[in-house]
Amino acid sequence: MLRQVEGSRAVAETVARCRPDVVAAYPISPQTHIVEALSDLVAEGRAGRCEFLMVESEFGAMSACIGASAAGGRAYTATASQGLLFMAEALPNASGLRLPVVMTVANRALGAPINIWNDHSDAMSQRDAGWIQLFASSNQEAVDLHVQAFVVAESLHVPVMVNMDGFVLTHAMEGIDVPDQDEVDALLPPFRPLHVLDPDHPVTIGAMVGPEAFTEVKYLEARRQLRSLDAIQEVADRFHRVTGRRSGGLTSSYRLEDADVVLIGLGSLLGTAADVVDELRDEGLAVGLLGVTCFRPWPLDEIRDSLADASRVVVLNRALSVGFGTVLGADVRLTLAGSQVVVHDVVAGLGGRPVTRDLVRRLLVEAVRGELSDHQLTFADLDVDLAERELLGELVGPMDVEPEGVGR
Amino acid sequence: MTELKLYQVGTFAAGNRLLDASERTEQSDAGRTNSITSGHRACRGCGEALAARVVLDAAMRASDGRMVTVNATGCLEVFSTPYPESAWRVPWLHSLFGNAAAVASGVAASLRAQGRGDVRVVAQAGDGGTVDIGIGCLSGMFERNDDVLFVCYDNQGYMNTGVQRSGATPPAASTATTRPVGSRVGNAFGTGKSLPVIAMAHQIPYVATATVADLHDLERKVATAMSMHGSRYLHVLVPCPLGWGTSSSDTVRVARLAAESGLFPVFEAVDGEIDGVRRIRRQVPVEEYLRLQARFAHLFGDPGHPDVVERLQRQADRSIAHFGLLEGEQR
Repeated sequence: MLRQVEGSRAVAETVARCRPDVVAAYPISPQTHIVEALSDLVAEGRAGRCEFLMVESEFGAMSACIGASAAGGRAYTATASQGLLFMAEALPNASGLRLPVVMTVANRALGAPINIWNDHSDAMSQRDAGWIQLFASSNQEAVDLHVQAFVVAESLHVPVMVNMDGFVLTHAMEGIDVPDQDEVDALLPPFRPLHVLDPDHPVTIGAMVGPEAFTEVKYLEARRQLRSLDAIQEVADRFHRVTGRRSGGLTSSYRLEDADVVLIGLGSLLGTAADVVDELRDEGLAVGLLGVTCFRPWPLDEIRDSLADASRVVVLNRALSVGFGTVLGADVRLTLAGSQVVVHDVVAGLGGRPVTRDLVRRLLVEAVRGELSDHQLTFADLDVDLAERELLGELVGPMDVEPEGVGR
Repeated sequence: MTELKLYQVGTFAAGNRLLDASERTEQSDAGRTNSITSGHRACRGCGEALAARVVLDAAMRASDGRMVTVNATGCLEVFSTPYPESAWRVPWLHSLFGNAAAVASGVAASLRAQGRGDVRVVAQAGDGGTVDIGIGCLSGMFERNDDVLFVCYDNQGYMNTGVQRSGATPPAASTATTRPVGSRVGNAFGTGKSLPVIAMAHQIPYVATATVADLHDLERKVATAMSMHGSRYLHVLVPCPLGWGTSSSDTVRVARLAAESGLFPVFEAVDGEIDGVRRIRRQVPVEEYLRLQARFAHLFGDPGHPDVVERLQRQADRSIAHFGLLEGEQR
């Protein structure tokens, strides 16, 4: 049933219906509304016997989740930005110990300069932590992905990060259908841990592994991650059968048929981009849209197949890989290696700058006309005047940035 | 029990053979758990391995075997679990260096939520994982009063990584990062970081210190801690032959001298207030303690640093006065 509700509140209610045993969290904008709501839900007895641990740091939050999961409980936390970095040491630990913790990341920029607004630098900085990373394009999808995240995590014993754009989604009020308890229960069976701290069956968890077996442990982890691509799609299909909603999966494609130019991105900018694609299609331009729902593991085959018929791909990423391009751009270039598809690597929407319809429209039109740079990296929404005044004097030269800015 | 005064080792410690069977240590019981069993890779004379076995066996007895453990990174973790072997006969989880307290809090919360609250949780860490990198998580655990017994095995340095200085390294000690070179006389002088006192400031139900020189006292404190709920903290001095430069046969002796010199006060506190101290029968000059350890050898060479020894003696005297450690004195 659709209900007007804030994204954070809807996620909190969904997590409560997933019957967690332990929620451990430390507040950080823009994740705060999620944990505030969960704190209330736990206190009101609306999350079963769940224990809410108000820990002293994000490092403590992830550590408590590790302990809770190893003791056989379902564990959840949420964070953002610097908080994700502060728990970074514990992320590969959770995945390495095969503990299916689920975490929401209310995506936010990384400082300095300190900035509380949305981009994807936080999640992408943890690309190689061994976590499955899902990106929600809307609040409805954010809610649905949380149910799917627990199912995927616990069936594979791999932790899952659900990314939702800070403020843009977390603080947006809109009509959302929060899965009801019966639907969640139909999808999510009780947690059956792989190994558990149990006095009746003592096990050693977290032993030291040296050069003689470390590679093999990591090989198995890599195999497991790639195998999870199938599971992620299967869970999305089951979710569809139970709720009637298509959510999740590996990618989402929009008007890709006969598309000559395809925009690829993730998160909430996909909604804006879909509107622009409709406009341009009406104007006769053969453009389409590919959304990446599952960022890690990277659905290489699906993305290569989806882009096979395009001649140009515009990668629009809200995260910068300083000194190279964008994180997503690098993945797409590798995915299309050997093909004739031209890749335009574009960064926009950093630190909360809105990705507008005008911006997306301009990028796609320029790509169609062959006017968009494919040399290195395009800063699509750079305020050239500001940059020149503050920075450009020291930066121009070898870096060869080509501004496409709003100042022009 | 009536207090026994058996002075054959110069302390109040008593050997099992002199006691009634009911008063002997868990270690004298053939049916002890052997929580950390033989075959692990600790150095000869390791104080930490000894303390861990005593602490966990006593905790297993107190919990009737319903117990799980969490371990910080460090010597204890490394020497006990080289894949594919494990020395642990209790449920054991190792996550990271600085998070044992938070992991243990999560374990305790998870057990409660699952209706398994009868299972007790014991966390273990060295002094680095406790007083330095782990202090944030530990303070959080204390403040929330989570139902965990946290045990610090204090060997006064980062021994696992090659004997570097920690926040628990005593003044003037030579370590790999505080060598007595140039004008430096070992580790810098300071008041030291007393985690037991910091723990008391959190007003948790129980705080105690102990050494491997008195296993009756150590076991009794574990039993007392396990009889309570909420956050409990036990700080055990565990000499390290490698890091201290002591003979491996001197581990217990050095621990005893640390207590009897007054440098390591042995006490317990309930709800943040001192509730009892382990009295010293005869105060030992610090020099007697220091001379057994190569890490203090530079204090006694030629010309040596008698002034530094004197400062350490004053520190011991202050500790004795503060805690009222001498027999017959009241605090």
